[in-house]
Amino acid sequence: MSARLMQGNEAVAEGALLAGVRFFGGYPITPSTEIAEGMAKLLPQVGGTFIQMEDEIASMGVVLGASLAGKKVLTASSGPGISLKQELIGYAAATEIPVVIVNVQRVGPSTGQPTAPSQGDVMQARWGTHGDHSIIVLSPWSVREAFDLAVRSVNYAERFRTPVILLMDEIVGHLRESVELPAESEIEIYPRRAPKKSRAEGYEPYAPDEDLVPNIANFGEGYHIHVTGLIHDETGFPSGSPKVTRESIKRMHEKISRAADEIIDVQEEFMDDAEFAVVAFGGTSRTAYEAVLSARKRGVKVGFVRLVTIFPFADKIISELAKKIRGLLVAELNYGQIVGEVERAAKGQCAVKLCAKYDMTIFEPEEIEAAIDEMISEVDGE
Amino acid sequence: MRKQLRLSGSGGQGVITAAIILAEAAVSEGKQAVQSQSYGPEARGGASKSEVIIDDEKIFHPHVKAPDFVLAMTQKAADKYYTDLNADGVLILDEDLVPTPPQFKNIIRVPITKLAVEKVGKALFANIVALGVLAKVTKLVDFETIKKSVANRVPPHTVEQNMLALQIGFDAVN
Amino acid sequence: MTERSYEKFFRQNRLPHLWCPGCGNGIVMKAIVQAVEKKLGWTQDNTIIVSGIGCSSRASGYMDFDTLHTAHGRAIPFATGIKLANPKLNVIVITGDGDCTAIGGNHFIHGCRRNVDLTVILFNNNIYGMTGGQASPMTPLGKKATTAPYGSIDRPFDACKLAEAAGATYVARSTAFHVQHLTKMIEDGLDNRGFSFIEALVQCPTAYGRRNKIGEPAKMMAWMRDNAIMKSAWDKLTDDKKTGDKFPIGLFYRAETETYDEAYHHVIELAGGAK
Repeated sequence: MSARLMQGNEAVAEGALLAGVRFFGGYPITPSTEIAEGMAKLLPQVGGTFIQMEDEIASMGVVLGASLAGKKVLTASSGPGISLKQELIGYAAATEIPVVIVNVQRVGPSTGQPTAPSQGDVMQARWGTHGDHSIIVLSPWSVREAFDLAVRSVNYAERFRTPVILLMDEIVGHLRESVELPAESEIEIYPRRAPKKSRAEGYEPYAPDEDLVPNIANFGEGYHIHVTGLIHDETGFPSGSPKVTRESIKRMHEKISRAADEIIDVQEEFMDDAEFAVVAFGGTSRTAYEAVLSARKRGVKVGFVRLVTIFPFADKIISELAKKIRGLLVAELNYGQIVGEVERAAKGQCAVKLCAKYDMTIFEPEEIEAAIDEMISEVDGE
Repeated sequence: MRKQLRLSGSGGQGVITAAIILAEAAVSEGKQAVQSQSYGPEARGGASKSEVIIDDEKIFHPHVKAPDFVLAMTQKAADKYYTDLNADGVLILDEDLVPTPPQFKNIIRVPITKLAVEKVGKALFANIVALGVLAKVTKLVDFETIKKSVANRVPPHTVEQNMLALQIGFDAVN
Repeated sequence: MTERSYEKFFRQNRLPHLWCPGCGNGIVMKAIVQAVEKKLGWTQDNTIIVSGIGCSSRASGYMDFDTLHTAHGRAIPFATGIKLANPKLNVIVITGDGDCTAIGGNHFIHGCRRNVDLTVILFNNNIYGMTGGQASPMTPLGKKATTAPYGSIDRPFDACKLAEAAGATYVARSTAFHVQHLTKMIEDGLDNRGFSFIEALVQCPTAYGRRNKIGEPAKMMAWMRDNAIMKSAWDKLTDDKKTGDKFPIGLFYRAETETYDEAYHHVIELAGGAK
């Protein structure tokens, strides 16, 4: 396929469609609206369904219902809309319903700056809904990767039966650039998990498979399952037992954490001789990469670390890096969020510095390059 | 060779569409291009700006700094967006809508909107007239390629008028 | 029909239910399955029960279908997703007065507006029963609740009028006392293609009756008997007779309009996605 100009949000819609998404429920909000608009156009062309709901809570509800009825589903929002979605993101985690939620981040809190870029929803993506839940969060840095991670998000949602947050930012969401998309035949698709037992054989919808993920039947297949947001046992029915509560919460964490090495995707460049590195994600990593290139030209031994998977967090990778190098500079478009995760993972084995920006504008390479120099002189002086 | 452009005006003038078409044309010639935009929270009337970077190499940082070309379709946009122009760059202004041109070495003034109204029939086509001007001045993309990109992007029943607008813009400068 | 044939619609191993002695919810739950039993082609395999949160919404757990106990107020969006994802499924929503008209009020009116082919049955006990008796948007004026200890001053919703105004294509009301009538109202609601809404008054002796000194369950049901007036008779009453506790029951509204999934099928055809 030849190159074409495509927008990040448009690429998400195309990727989700090719990954098998056949149902989208949403509510328009800048800067994610192009995803809804794309799905409104594309889905009926393949016999799928698009519905614009009355609010973001209903948008989550409608896609969860559709997912239970057997469809692969997507919803997308930004800022205040993502806050509204949190209630049922928790429901999806608790009931193990596959769903992908795209967050094209904008400046907050509240209405904030609707059209301006930010990466201020990182910790919300991890902990936004109440309760002790697990989740997968992926963040693309290019239009092509927005496509790829849309596919990966849908596959992870199905495989782990979990909500997956595709954490975009306005930079990548609204960016148009040249992309070459893979052919449909090159895309691997994870199918909806199916029950391995019949009702007569004692099928229990929430009994975990070997990978700790349950094979929950779709509605309408004759299994007569019960799905509830109350803590439930393997039958799916509510349980007031401390043991069931503990085991259920533990399993929902471990079904993801035991596959963490596979889920965690980190891009490392110029790390062979690096004494320092810049850690970034999403649209900011484009600028960080140019800053690193420029510093390298001056002979600075700095590397580039990009978090493609934000959560589960790359604890092991960061910890290993921290052993080898002298300092990590975390560049993020917020007051300082992922830097806390990096500090936790680095365990004091190297310096961790923050390069934060939260003024509606994106980083310029010079700003990050200056922060690299500052980190080096600080570490040298220590 | 990296070239950076900034197209600016007020919301509704179509500068973002013009930028997308230009970037699309560059991509269809096998070049790398990124197009980004910023606009006010409202879809119409606010300040509007779109940036295009065209290069043979992969482009990472998407923000234009020291543009080679700036198009301004309002006085406000001209005053705000010309300041970081490359010293050898070119400032292209809508002659009537920017009555007080900024002090700059290389300025090209074209009655873009007036041409759209008088020769194509609607101010709506001003962005395509501007695109014709840009095609001639920047020489970044072949004019024929831009024609194809315009034809692909606009509604089918407006192709003829858009082609006319493009040609008028192209012919309006030497 | 064999005697107690409706029992097959219940998950016997999940009973007894958690509702208080004398609660009206069980009556409506039974009326629902008896209405389903009468529907040709509706089976336990192709009928889905969706509920929200509250006393009424616990019904889904006792009913032997694919059942979905959602979050507070959100049953209608989930049900909409199920129906649109697989229009062959029959979808019934069980909700309560707080669930449907307070936290779920927006979803309720938009469900009506879209005319999604769902049957929504609101168990109206005039109170938040599960959490011990707080006022709902359907608590009558002057009645007491833990959050209205001096009597409610919030003007209550008439959920049937709300449903009709918002675009539901079948709107009816009955009570836990009028079991045959209630079953018929639900049955006709299931027959309607489109958004059907049935309000079922139920007695809540524990959280509502006791606090408002209405008396034991039988007295609360006698109140339903004495104050409910069939729609045809109600319409003949002059306004001065429509006083006190009197209220109409029966079919209030019915219309034939394209359902949402039928309308969306046209979209698919226009987009070229029809098989």
